[in-house]
Amino acid sequence: MKTLLLVLLTSFAAFAGEALTGEVEKQALNMSAIIMFLIFVGATLGITYWAAKRTKTAKDFYTAGGGITGFQNGMAIAGDYMSAASFLGISALVYAKGYDGLIYSIGFLVGWPIILFMVAEQLRNLGKYTFADVASYRLRQTPIRTLAAFGSILTVVLYLIAQMVGAGKLIQLLFGLDYEIAVILVGVLMILYVTFGGMLATTWVQIIKAFLLLSGATFMAIAVMAHYDFNFETLFATAVQMKETTSIMAPGGLVSDPVSAISLGIALMFGTAGLPHILMRFFTVSDAKEARKSVFYATGFIGYFYILTFIIGFGAIVMVFQNPQYLDLAKQAVDGGSPILGGDNMAAIHLSHAVGGDFFLGFISAVAFATILAVVSGLTLAGASAISHDLYASVIRKGKADGMMEMKVSKVSTVILGIVAIYLGIAFEDQNIAFMVGLAFAIAASANFPILFLSMYWSKLTTRGALLGGSLGLLTAAVLVVLGPTVWVDVLKNAEAIFPYKYPALFSVSAAFIGIWFFSITDKSDNAAKEKEAYEAQFIRSQTGIGAEGAVEH
Amino acid sequence: MKQEMVDRIKNDPDFLQLTRERSKFAWTLTIVMLVIYFGFVLVIAFDPSILGTPLSAGSVTTVGIPVGVGVILSAFILTGIYVRRANTEFDELTAKIKAKAKGE
Repeated sequence: MKTLLLVLLTSFAAFAGEALTGEVEKQALNMSAIIMFLIFVGATLGITYWAAKRTKTAKDFYTAGGGITGFQNGMAIAGDYMSAASFLGISALVYAKGYDGLIYSIGFLVGWPIILFMVAEQLRNLGKYTFADVASYRLRQTPIRTLAAFGSILTVVLYLIAQMVGAGKLIQLLFGLDYEIAVILVGVLMILYVTFGGMLATTWVQIIKAFLLLSGATFMAIAVMAHYDFNFETLFATAVQMKETTSIMAPGGLVSDPVSAISLGIALMFGTAGLPHILMRFFTVSDAKEARKSVFYATGFIGYFYILTFIIGFGAIVMVFQNPQYLDLAKQAVDGGSPILGGDNMAAIHLSHAVGGDFFLGFISAVAFATILAVVSGLTLAGASAISHDLYASVIRKGKADGMMEMKVSKVSTVILGIVAIYLGIAFEDQNIAFMVGLAFAIAASANFPILFLSMYWSKLTTRGALLGGSLGLLTAAVLVVLGPTVWVDVLKNAEAIFPYKYPALFSVSAAFIGIWFFSITDKSDNAAKEKEAYEAQFIRSQTGIGAEGAVEH
Repeated sequence: MKQEMVDRIKNDPDFLQLTRERSKFAWTLTIVMLVIYFGFVLVIAFDPSILGTPLSAGSVTTVGIPVGVGVILSAFILTGIYVRRANTEFDELTAKIKAKAKGE
């Protein structure tokens, strides 16, 4: 319990959204959950079969033909964001710390309006399959694509490891399956969805899961509120009574100094706008109008989901905490307190049992598993696109690859990424991986986002500036994470961190912007002059969509 | 895009109006969101007790609850405001610009 709490309280908390860590125990085989999960798998494989017949060209594979509606895409984006760890992690944080859980979920939400105002429609108007299309629009293809692809693959792999390890642990807890079996199962299903069904299958799997997760969470929140006549004051009062402290109703110590607070805010905000699997979704809609609608719906769904997890966390305090049914007696005998079976991350799962019995417990467990599958599929597709579209087609074949060959390369990449993910998932089982999602966000915020943003808005950006500044941001982020408390102390077991802050984004994002600015304005080459000249045409396309990729009819 | 078309569009008064107004609108909303969020974060960093004040004497619910939910709602409302104007006014202007670019 102590280790789990410690992990929860340190870096994990910030990215509770994404990484499930800590010790877990294998539970007894949960048959109703397994049956419901099998139904989900059957249905999604059916969708994959349907999608496979419609996935004929590279455009179908990467962007589902560009025919996804704004509402569907909003749901899929929300699905990418509402990972199992986000559902269980944030409700666990609310359960353990009350109000602090709400603070973190807000950080994850507020990047969305910025994405809408600054990049969504421009991205749609300029890009084809990956965000590197936009970043390299008027710059030299080879260096910029290579850097963007590197940034994408690194972000995806770090994120994938966190998801795979989380998946293995969660499935041990929920289904009573072995860790290795769980990781292999997730890897194999994900390879099937992505290689056969491409973006179309990945999107629909995500939409269905988002719908199931939102429905399940809504039911739980309503069931909790019904116990208290839909009166929040009564719910909070009971929770305070249970916890014997009013500290759960106010900010605690998770964000203490202003530098950390701002740095975390920057990582979450700009990191979201630099995640390749999220950016890729903007190419699946037909035009800028639908791209905007996607963000509007996504923000609504995600915000609603975070309000639900807040209620669920408090529901767990009043209905699970100190409920003898969920008490871990063995742990209590050693550590004291009121530990629950499986640790705090199980708070929402126990609550589902408390409000809906065995059947609903099975449903929520199956949804949690489905969630992992959907999220890793989206990640893998984004990683495979960076390999096939950016590295293979643009860098190696210099834009002369034919679509069929490019698609083949991305399918092979998917299989390889899947195997790598399984391997790393198993290799990292007992490692402290709490820093990984933090690092992924830091890299996305410090390398991917600044290049993308400045390529859209700053006419004087040059290849040299983007390449050197972007690399500087990436390196600064990576080095500061390693020297900071999450790796230097928690992983490498040194006594004190060389870099005192857990979140490097404030420094690494600044380094990237300053680096890009400096190396661009000092670039006097002929090439730089041409790149600056090309801005006008790019700006017109980004603003009006003239010349943008359209949707294909099916 | 041909240079000739670029020159035509960049001097089109509709295009100038579109980019000027959209950029002003987008930056205003961005700043509003940044002020709301970083304001919230800075209160937590400097004086968290403000959010821990009970809503009314004797209540358990604190000021932080409506404020937190308010930040979530503000994100949603701001995106709604942007989409509403962009999908009507800005898209009409864009359609006009496109028609002119194609027609001539």
